[in-house]
Amino acid sequence: MNATIKFRIDGTQVVTKAGLTIMKAADNAGIYIPRLCDEKGLEPQGSCRICIVKIGGQIVASCTQPAEDGLEVENDTPEIRNYRRDLVKMLYHEGNHLCPICEASGRCELQAVSYYLGIFQPTKYPYLQPDRPVDASHRDILLNTNRCIRCGRCIRASKTLDGKNLFGYIGRGIHKQVGVNGENLANTDAKVGDAAMALETCPVGCIIQKRQGFFAPIGKRRFDLKPLGTNSVKQQKGGSEQ
Amino acid sequence: MEEKKRRLFVKQSCEKFKNSRFRLLDILWEIQNGLGGIEGPVMEQVGKLIGVSRVHVEGLVTFYAFFSDRILGKIIIRLCDDIVDQFFGLDKIIEVFSEELGIKPGQTSLDGRFSFELTPSIGMSDQAPAALINDVVFPKLTPGSVKKIIRQLKEGVPVFKVDDTCGDGNNASALIHSSVMNNIRHTGKVILSDSFLPEKGLERCLNLNPAEVIKEMKDSGLRGGGGAGFPSGLKWELARKAEAEKRHVICNADEGELGTFKDRVLLTERAPMMVEGMTIAAYAIGSSEGIIYLRAEYAYLRPWLENILEKRRDTNLLGKDILGKTGFHFDIRIQLGAGAYICGEESALICSCEGLRGEPRIRPPFPVEKGYMGQPTIVNNVETFCCAARIFEKGFDWFSNIGTDKSAGTKLLSVSGDCKKTGIYELAYGTAVADLLEMAEAHDTAIVQIGGASGEMIGRIDFNRKICFEDLATSGSVMVFNSQRNVLKIVDSFLKFFIDESCGYCTPCRVGNVFLRERIQKVMHGDANHSDLDYLRQLSNLIIKTSRCGLGNASPKPVLSSLEHFPIVYASHLHEPREGLQRQFNIQKALEESRRIAKRRSMIYDPVYYDTN
Ligand SMILES: Cc1cc2nc3c(=O)[nH]c(=O)nc-3n(C[C@H](O)[C@H](O)[C@H](O)COP(=O)(O)O)c2cc1C
Ligand code: SF4
Repeated sequence: MNATIKFRIDGTQVVTKAGLTIMKAADNAGIYIPRLCDEKGLEPQGSCRICIVKIGGQIVASCTQPAEDGLEVENDTPEIRNYRRDLVKMLYHEGNHLCPICEASGRCELQAVSYYLGIFQPTKYPYLQPDRPVDASHRDILLNTNRCIRCGRCIRASKTLDGKNLFGYIGRGIHKQVGVNGENLANTDAKVGDAAMALETCPVGCIIQKRQGFFAPIGKRRFDLKPLGTNSVKQQKGGSEQ
Repeated sequence: MEEKKRRLFVKQSCEKFKNSRFRLLDILWEIQNGLGGIEGPVMEQVGKLIGVSRVHVEGLVTFYAFFSDRILGKIIIRLCDDIVDQFFGLDKIIEVFSEELGIKPGQTSLDGRFSFELTPSIGMSDQAPAALINDVVFPKLTPGSVKKIIRQLKEGVPVFKVDDTCGDGNNASALIHSSVMNNIRHTGKVILSDSFLPEKGLERCLNLNPAEVIKEMKDSGLRGGGGAGFPSGLKWELARKAEAEKRHVICNADEGELGTFKDRVLLTERAPMMVEGMTIAAYAIGSSEGIIYLRAEYAYLRPWLENILEKRRDTNLLGKDILGKTGFHFDIRIQLGAGAYICGEESALICSCEGLRGEPRIRPPFPVEKGYMGQPTIVNNVETFCCAARIFEKGFDWFSNIGTDKSAGTKLLSVSGDCKKTGIYELAYGTAVADLLEMAEAHDTAIVQIGGASGEMIGRIDFNRKICFEDLATSGSVMVFNSQRNVLKIVDSFLKFFIDESCGYCTPCRVGNVFLRERIQKVMHGDANHSDLDYLRQLSNLIIKTSRCGLGNASPKPVLSSLEHFPIVYASHLHEPREGLQRQFNIQKALEESRRIAKRRSMIYDPVYYDTN
């Protein structure tokens, strides 16, 4: 398939080859759509719902929805922005996210997406405060699923990039979480060099490399240097909260 | 079981299904039944034998409610705890079970004989309270009957012999032998009427070409009986048009919606008709393989269904060159579910048939393009297939003349709750709720929940509304509640159901429903003010709009429809705060943890000194 298609995102025309998702096409055109569960090089799964857009009155995940000729996509509208904010807030309240004491602070995508969307404060939702045991069994890697946002990036990275299947989803509903392929992490062949353990794979501070915390000072951390959404050609206002 | 024997048993269980990872659900059933649970080392062994990771196996074991990662008792009691059971004395029944067994819900007795669990909807709302003991149904429990049951079980009477009464119709047959009642209260023209001539429709179809069959199906106006009401003929046409070597016909007998039990009765009384409908569908779309996805709660019907399939094979109604039609081969297997409401959703159901966690798939592609094993698949409800058989027997125009403009035919309604005649009513689409209530001898009705937890909750001024796709669409569940019942308790119980049954895949449904319930409970406790109602509406909207499947798209409906139809109930629970104060904030509760750690009282806030140590 090398036919080209044309469609619009918030009125801006996008010309792209056929067969891409809306998100891919937007990325190529330099239009940023915020996301958490999606990561370059991994199959999209459409679970976090942060990348939702509206087409024909329907809300869909742009990471899984095919771009089609003539589509009118609403991305950065007040309605969608508010949904995204609420979804991000839900994730904060589902897990334990104490940013000031978290090793991932400053390189955390949850935090960076919040800043992009203009969330700076505790919010209206109740805190669920999970207290699952931390898996510190492995020599080099620590797993704190109380910070997990169920994005499954580690699962897919381990499967497709490392060919290892170290992780998988277990449980269901609010108890759905990432499980390891053994009694604990030390019982698996997890290596600190695995793609699944790379600092960029876990968007939060759930998978932590031991002895690697707080290596960059405030001001020099990943998203201090380059906040999310700012490498796009077309800058959008994530906006502040109304 | 000692390790060597256990390993052999696990190996044999996997071999029974050719070590196929696509049959993982069946393999786990073998092991669950044989060992009483599926622990870590077994997960590991199964994974090795069928070529998946241990955590993949664990993923299934922890997803399906009927599987357990710890060893359960030899006798597993699953007591249904839905709202109808709650209103009909559930608390007392739980108490008696707990007393007699010496264990609480969620526990296994020390001697390893009994496990006691609570479970949502076992499809017996017309005979509540009811429990499953292993796979035997015990309807209409009373404190007295529970004591008797447990006494017999303790004496060693086998579960299936404990209650030797039999229900009506085929429930009394040797292969079902259950005390469940059909409770058919009204037989309509299409499905429950006894004028049905078996195989006439199928014979007629085989003289038409598939395109003609699909055309008649479309012209009949039949819409799915599973709730969504998608035009069945169109679904078949889409599947037929999709390019593929193989196509599949799946019958959705997962019947998980709260308060419905009509598929249970159809499986008992109309299974041949349903299979005939599936066979017609197979001919129409060009399929050679079919699956009946049977919910685990209806496992007691499995031998009965297997026997019906076997008889049809013997008489060439299934198998090769069916009824002499050269080249038309079709056979059916039964896939037993394992306790997950979400598996009623068609793409999750397909995942489950493939031996995966029952999570809805990314769409597009839709099942009619890429379904079971990546091939075009139609999923239809039990009732839909029954209608199909009848449509070809009697003609599409006969069918389309019944019902209303946009809702052809009849609907099977499962009526439960506060009425004299709970049970099944087959009524033409377009029947008013009030007429149904009269037939069911419901008096003093204040609330009717139509379409189960994901349906609509209506009050008296809406009882003239009609049951049809133009007005009140329904999968068939009608729960009737009298004026003594508490609206908020109903809403709360539905939200609990959705929280327990959400697959957890997407953020709004996984987390949002927990937040909804928290706020409904705040209202119930009298701690909410009007701003909480805005919060409920806003959160509901978010969940409906951004969830990825029908469960999340519907889960806030109990909140929204109760807010719309019973605003006074909410208003009577609200308390506007005095300026600057938050009513739900409890200083004593907030301080408790600090007191405990500090091991001393707060000089300022403690009204009375006490040592919490
Ligand atoms: C959460 C959820 C649960 C469902 N449960 C059932 C069910 O138990 N039985 C059923 O027939 N359809 C159920 N459905 C609808 C199916 O997805 C599907 O639409 C239906 O089986 C199609 O058959 P029909 O067109 O014949 O109704 C459910 C849908 C959702 C979203
Ligand atoms: S809406 Fe709920 S049930 Fe459906 S995919 Fe999302 S989490 Fe799963």
